[in-house]
Amino acid sequence: MTIASEQPQGSFRLSMLVYDTRFRSWTIQIVVLILVALACSWLIHNLVTNLAAKGKDIDFGFLWTRAGYDINQRLVAYTNDSTHARALLIGLLNTLLVASLGCLLATVIGVMVGILRLSSNWLIARLMTVYVEVFRNIPVLLWILLAFVILTEVTPPPNAFKVVEGKEPLAQMWLDGSVAVTNRGTNIPEPLFSRSLGNIDLGIFLVSVDLLAIIAVMVGSFLVNRRVIRSAATTQEATGIRPATWWKSALIWAVPVPVLLYVLGFHLAYPAFKGFNFTGGIQVLHSFTALLIALSIYTGAFIAEAVRAGVQAISPGQTEAAYALGLPAGRTMRLVVLPQALRVIIPPLISQYLNLTKNTSLAIAVSYMDLRGTLGGITLNQTGRELECMLLLMGIYLVISLIISSVMNIYNNAVRLKER
Amino acid sequence: MSEIHAQTVRFVRETMLPPAVPPRSEAGAVRWLRENLFSGPVNIALTILGLALLYVVLQAVVPWLMHSVWNAKSLGECREIVAQTWGPDASGACWAMIRERWPQYLFGFYPQELYWRPTLAFLLMFVALAPVLFSGLPRGLLWFSAVYPMLAFWLLWGGAVWWWVVVALGFVLAYAAFRLAVQRSSTIIAGAAALAVLVGWSLFAIDPLAALIQRVLPASIAPVSSDRFGGFLLSITIGITAIAGSLPLGILLALGRRSDMPLVKMLSVAFIEFIRGVPLITVLFVASLLLQYFLPPRTQFDIILRVIIMATIFAAAYIAEVIRGGLAALPRGQYEAADSLGMDYWQAQRLIIMPQALKISIPGIVSSFIGLFKDTTLVAFVGLNDPLKGITQVVRADMNWKGIYWEPYVFVGAIFFLICFGMSRYSMYLERRLKRDNR
Repeated sequence: MTIASEQPQGSFRLSMLVYDTRFRSWTIQIVVLILVALACSWLIHNLVTNLAAKGKDIDFGFLWTRAGYDINQRLVAYTNDSTHARALLIGLLNTLLVASLGCLLATVIGVMVGILRLSSNWLIARLMTVYVEVFRNIPVLLWILLAFVILTEVTPPPNAFKVVEGKEPLAQMWLDGSVAVTNRGTNIPEPLFSRSLGNIDLGIFLVSVDLLAIIAVMVGSFLVNRRVIRSAATTQEATGIRPATWWKSALIWAVPVPVLLYVLGFHLAYPAFKGFNFTGGIQVLHSFTALLIALSIYTGAFIAEAVRAGVQAISPGQTEAAYALGLPAGRTMRLVVLPQALRVIIPPLISQYLNLTKNTSLAIAVSYMDLRGTLGGITLNQTGRELECMLLLMGIYLVISLIISSVMNIYNNAVRLKER
Repeated sequence: MSEIHAQTVRFVRETMLPPAVPPRSEAGAVRWLRENLFSGPVNIALTILGLALLYVVLQAVVPWLMHSVWNAKSLGECREIVAQTWGPDASGACWAMIRERWPQYLFGFYPQELYWRPTLAFLLMFVALAPVLFSGLPRGLLWFSAVYPMLAFWLLWGGAVWWWVVVALGFVLAYAAFRLAVQRSSTIIAGAAALAVLVGWSLFAIDPLAALIQRVLPASIAPVSSDRFGGFLLSITIGITAIAGSLPLGILLALGRRSDMPLVKMLSVAFIEFIRGVPLITVLFVASLLLQYFLPPRTQFDIILRVIIMATIFAAAYIAEVIRGGLAALPRGQYEAADSLGMDYWQAQRLIIMPQALKISIPGIVSSFIGLFKDTTLVAFVGLNDPLKGITQVVRADMNWKGIYWEPYVFVGAIFFLICFGMSRYSMYLERRLKRDNR
């Protein structure tokens, strides 16, 4: 008996295109291709007709014309004489600033809350559950608006800080006179260098050499410290005795950076009330603060859930085994539980970072000048180039998202379970 | 051994000792407090910290709630009443604003005499949802669920009933075409036939046919234009429609992404990754600014409809990824079992793969739905009056209520919380009900 595995021989019939599995997938794909091509050509035809009717064209040349508007928060030099492309850069930097600080803050909050939610302390566990549920189930827009309204309407006006002879000022500065929260913004001290090394012009913006030097020294300290710890581990493997490294680490971290800061003449310029407003220091806009606080608290609730799920996914046997080997609780967490939990935590963490970055576009609610505020807001309205601006805006967000997810995927692959 | 044994007194207990009462420190509230709140120095510190936090929050919130004012004409009057009743330093909630403005929060600027229509649609929604959500109810009710979308849109926007009847007729015809074709040829041909009927019907038949019947037999209610919509009416309309639309679309996208056909797979991946890579706001801006460029000149396209389409597409990309996870979690044997039973692709999906994959992805799907419902507040940025920003801005712009901020946000937040929390609890119930312990 032969098994009927031979393909039926015979002439090709048209119905085989649909019923024969050898051809069906090609039929479907060709039909899909034709439909997609038709839809695309229809859309492009409409686009061309509509643009022609309005007398417009697709041209990105507007990016190199004068922007003519001011931006209230700029990380690099910008005036209203700069180009629209420059405004785009300012917006992009503002977006990235709030996104990166937000991710950092949200991670801190999320990890803390996630672990506390598993605490054996009944009260703390319940409080953290309430925090997570309340923040997860209410739109983030509400937290942004509420934070902004509270910051601008509850805080005192700058002149409440005015010191009049023999009278107590109406409002006090915090942290020993270094931080003042007014209804115009938060004034914080500004780090300055009296023996500054100057700036390097990168063509697009200036980079402070002082900052580069500090970063270089910190990276150096980190590398030296890692070497010290590695050599300690080698000694331990060879002799069984681990040499004490804590004082070396402390020395490595506590000496070079402060010495560099001293050499550069590091000091803080405190904000002070003069005339009608604060001078000196940095004024942080409330739109930035509100956005940062709201996004990190909101996303923190989601990260807390991811952390909790990750820690709970590790079977209690792992902890018990570590205790049986005599590891103390701290090292059990650091060496046994966390490395395993991280694998579970990282994928949802990536998607939360992505969500936070995309949610920075809600800056529109508090008029923070992010990418959408400059490129997708004022530039769009001034030049009337909706199509180009929206294409650029979506493209940039897409690139940011893809970069974050690919970087985090590389990290995820590095800590992934290495299976045999 | 034996000598020693001989000298010892033999003792065997023949009765049980009566159970003793546990020591006082090991029972009742004392034990619970010690174990749960004061089991060690770290725990004691945490408890004290927690109590302090609780005290700080409660001592601000409780008096504020206790001193609520429900009858006032303006914020100033509210504050006067609070100051008169509870002293000059007391703070109190001014719920009088909600009392005066709640119709706006619920219906936006919907005509007041027509409030019964959205209310009726909302109540009927529960009747339509019940048989979908709870399997214990009679299956005949599902017919009502199928008719409900048309009925609800008619009630909300008004106009001639015939238009919606003709739309429903189109679905019936498409279904009939599908049944007819599926008996003679494959599922794919049948699906294409149904789609062709639907497209042809909506392009050529709906408007003339509806107009014709309307002329012969006029039956219409007062139409309401989209700019009158607002508040939770708007949120729920957009939210429910987009939720209902995004699930099937998401399933199709997930299947496309796992398809063997390279072109279908590539298109699905590109679509999903693009939508997931951009913020919803930009997608909404595309709906409000750019859509007119891509449609034939002079096409009028309702803004709420545009927003609903965009929100559906946006949510579908996220749901597709969730369902893809569920599909990936299914053991390969399930697919092979379906093949060995001789099922074709759609039969296998419908009877074997999807029921299991969807069950696995319930938590993710529901949290996508919750996210979508929360995101309906973003429609404020394309000029619609959502309850959170749109209506609250209207209220805060009123001279009487200028400067009010806690009350509107607490009110809107509480309603969002109730709905979203309810959805997440329902997903837990569904997970429990569908749980089979064989996995």
